[in-house]
Amino acid sequence: MTQFLTQKRLKKTALKILKFLLMVAITFLGLLLITFLIGRVVPIDPVLAVVGDKASHEVYERARIAMGLNLPLWQQFLIYLSSVLRGDFGTSVLTAKPVFEDILRVFPATMELAFLATLFGIFVGIPLGVISAVKRGGFLDHVSRVVGLLGYSLPIFWLALLALMIFYAKLDLLPGPGRVDVFYDGIVTPVTGFMLIDSILAGEWEIFWNALYHLIMPATLLGYFSMAYISRMTRSFMIEQLRQEYILTARVKGVAEWKVIWGHAFGNCAIPLITVVALSFGALLEGSVLTETIFAWPGLGLYLTNSLLNADMNAVLGSTIVVGSIFLGINIFSDILYKVFDPRAR
Amino acid sequence: MIQQDQLLQVTNLNIIFPSPKGDVHAVKDISFSLGKEKIGLVGESGSGKSVTGRAILRLLPPYAKVSAEEISFKGQDLLSFSEKELRCIRGKEISMVMQDPKYSLNPVRTVGQQISEAYIVHSKVSKSVAREQTLKMLTAVRIRNPEQVYKLYPHEVSGGMGQRIMIAMMLIPEPSLLIADEPTSALDVTVQLQVLAILDDLVTQRGMGLIFISHDLELVASFCDRVIIMYGGRIMEVINAADLHNSTHPYTRGLLNCLPRIEGRNERLSTLVRDDAWLDADFWHSNDSDGIII
Repeated sequence: MTQFLTQKRLKKTALKILKFLLMVAITFLGLLLITFLIGRVVPIDPVLAVVGDKASHEVYERARIAMGLNLPLWQQFLIYLSSVLRGDFGTSVLTAKPVFEDILRVFPATMELAFLATLFGIFVGIPLGVISAVKRGGFLDHVSRVVGLLGYSLPIFWLALLALMIFYAKLDLLPGPGRVDVFYDGIVTPVTGFMLIDSILAGEWEIFWNALYHLIMPATLLGYFSMAYISRMTRSFMIEQLRQEYILTARVKGVAEWKVIWGHAFGNCAIPLITVVALSFGALLEGSVLTETIFAWPGLGLYLTNSLLNADMNAVLGSTIVVGSIFLGINIFSDILYKVFDPRAR
Repeated sequence: MIQQDQLLQVTNLNIIFPSPKGDVHAVKDISFSLGKEKIGLVGESGSGKSVTGRAILRLLPPYAKVSAEEISFKGQDLLSFSEKELRCIRGKEISMVMQDPKYSLNPVRTVGQQISEAYIVHSKVSKSVAREQTLKMLTAVRIRNPEQVYKLYPHEVSGGMGQRIMIAMMLIPEPSLLIADEPTSALDVTVQLQVLAILDDLVTQRGMGLIFISHDLELVASFCDRVIIMYGGRIMEVINAADLHNSTHPYTRGLLNCLPRIEGRNERLSTLVRDDAWLDADFWHSNDSDGIII
């Protein structure tokens, strides 16, 4: 009897997972379809980009056929699909290397920045949001709301330029653009692509500190924006939870106030906050285009911008797919975490 | 009623909620005392009965203005207590069961964790000792499979079970006074009686004081020793439960007359009469009230 029950449950779980995977597959297919269509709609002639505008009509036609552009659209899409699934995004016109390789090279720089920025957002934003909610209407609440509002409304490129002007040009407290100082550049061979990890692996501590030093300004700026979002959401989740009756129960039991706040109320906020943090991390991966441009940060954002400016469609679409897939992955991950942490969602 | 050693003394309690439209005077000059007995606090919605319960625990929101000549518990003046001193009273000495276990239990913690927390807060013991005690307490509220229930989350238990869990949680530190704020209102009628029986047994066994807040006059009359009738933030009458049906107070009579009866079903039920004069403090003094002797 019990065996039968567990078997039934197993079947149910398997079905659930299958359904989940199917949904992911459909979403991914949608992403590919959209990038493919964008690639066909934009008024850039991919053939012209390869053969140049001085090529004869014959050469042009041959290139067109070689690229499969004479086939019907659905066949083109299938070819595109199969090549993308093999990790082949085509060759970048700009770097003359496979786009996939390019992305692998630049992506760690973006990850490094986004990761540190999100850490900043979590460790500053969450306590700030919680304190604001607890001392609602108090001085700190007003300060954090103004700071958060500025984070919401200030354009990041302006703030980045201002920060560079003050802390780099005028005060000379922090280093300027780039991942490391020029004379350290290229010393460490990239293994993981993360400068902080690579320099430790190579035993180059001087470079490690220099890289960290270079990370402070862009990571704090990006982190400021994710902090604004996270603290705002934390505040509203906490206000909602502190109103609940189980909070009164905890107080009646004689539980210390900090435990009521961080144990009981925050325990219930942590679940929706997973999604908030995941989404803000995802947004940093794609949204650091401006920051990377200003800080000359050789990441995905800068790569994407350069490709765009040079009409390098393969690179642009490839990067878009990568960013989209990561976003999808983050969403899946947060969904799974949700099920782990919320007993009601199991 | 024989006055046993006194637990709680409330004298001239006033509770005011400031609002933009003017202050709301939720409780006006109420006084009562309580020994190791079961006392019922009855009134309509908004009569101030729940607020009174919370004021004793000093758990009203900070904007509420609470003032009283005296709120003393076992001779200690609760009004002069610091937040830290109050935490030693809450749970350990005075506890409260709330209306709906659906909202009063933390949804992301197991039942066992929540009950043992109540125990650990006041007696610094190891988790395994607290677990033992919790299982014992779950058995005491007549839960047959405590080991299993210990691991459940609040959404996995029924309303009646939830309220028994709540009672277990509030009685585990062995308080001397329990405030039960409409503990059965959210439950089915059949389950209500079970929960009440458990509550009654435990309170009697442990020789505790009980303030039973309810709007159900009959229930309170059958369950409590004395009944306090509240209306508009004032105490209308304090009466022994046995004498309730002989009450002469117009408001109490009014409440009793509103209740449907099996016999005489052809009569139209009377409407509750509310006289604003009752809310006037002087009214009772000029009448040389025999109602407000406490």
